[in-house]
Amino acid sequence: MTSAGLAPGDGVLLRAAGLTKTFRGDGVPVPAVRGVDLSLRHGEFAAVTGPSGAGKSTLLHLLGGLERPTGGQIWLGGRRVDGLSEARWAATRRRHIGFVFQFFNLVSNMTVADNIELPALMSGMTRREAARRREELLGRLGLSGKAGLPPARLSGGEQQRVALARALAHRPSLLLADEPTGSLDSAAAASVLGLLRDAHADGQAILLVTHDARVASLAERVISMFDGMIADDAILPAMLEQAHALPSVLKLKG
Amino acid sequence: MRLPLLALLAKEPAHGYELKSQLERIFGQAYPQPNVGQIYVTLQRLERDGLVRGEHVIQSDRPNKRVYELTDAGRAALASWLEGPSEGQRIRDDFFMKLALSPLCGAADRMSLINRQRRHYLSLMRGLSRLASQSDRAAVIPRLLIEGAMLHLQADLDWLERCQQELV
Repeated sequence: MTSAGLAPGDGVLLRAAGLTKTFRGDGVPVPAVRGVDLSLRHGEFAAVTGPSGAGKSTLLHLLGGLERPTGGQIWLGGRRVDGLSEARWAATRRRHIGFVFQFFNLVSNMTVADNIELPALMSGMTRREAARRREELLGRLGLSGKAGLPPARLSGGEQQRVALARALAHRPSLLLADEPTGSLDSAAAASVLGLLRDAHADGQAILLVTHDARVASLAERVISMFDGMIADDAILPAMLEQAHALPSVLKLKG
Repeated sequence: MRLPLLALLAKEPAHGYELKSQLERIFGQAYPQPNVGQIYVTLQRLERDGLVRGEHVIQSDRPNKRVYELTDAGRAALASWLEGPSEGQRIRDDFFMKLALSPLCGAADRMSLINRQRRHYLSLMRGLSRLASQSDRAAVIPRLLIEGAMLHLQADLDWLERCQQELV
């Protein structure tokens, strides 16, 4: 377990009940999330997938406190968080939540190293701990040689690796990722996905939003959203073991 | 199977087991391992049709083998295969039949049919991503084969979503 902050308790890290969000566009209410019940265990890796407009990103934003729910409850580590003030949410995120977005949102006038170190310092780590954590992540993500550069000098894939390091710097209990490979080519995407897989193998709980089933299939659990609701929530066996299942997919005609 | 075997024989004569090994080496573990019996049967048919010529080789230390080489007709068949366009996969989808016809059968509702099928596709996708992560990045042909299978599955899943939008 990477997190020091939240006690495992019943094993549930995050829970939402009856969550709804309605936006008001031109006075017309637009329901984006329409009654979602969900729980995520410590160390679990789940993907939320579905067509665009299904409410996946809104759900993720609600769970990370970036949007306020219209109704329903959210618990993080057993503590009710949906009614927290803006400032309390920010403090909760600094301690317990890491975010990765489709566009990397790095601080452009800070070096790669400082981008990674800042959240560690803000979470209350000592300077020395934060520096050690920064070095560890730079090494693990293959970015040691770029530490002193501004983010703009890096490729998109490298910037997203920095964003991932930044999100993991304070050892969050929960990593929330919104289409983290959505703007990357396939080689850069593969490298970011490999890092997510490694983080999960180290015990990191991840909730990943993606419309891409190839990305979703990295997770052991896939939640399919449709029209603001959960249509299916499935633990997936990997069918590699069932060797007979693959040839039908890979059939070559000749 | 016929034309890939002709293609392998274009370079040099070979016997059935060598052809099986070559197929495995080129396509990797993502490719359904060809059954050696199937290869022998295909070679016999190719010989019957005059596309290859087999020669019996007597071996003292091992069982005898039959070595095959391309005939002129075989070369011509191979050339026309390589030069002509190939048909892509066309929709002939058993699941879609189920989905279209299920209301007539009073069977399970469409939403549960779709969810079951989605789980199946996603599990296959998960198997393929794992296979991809374990495969040698440098082995281009096997990697592209897996990528192709994943793209096809992605299309199947997108279509499933469209079905869900329109039918449920």
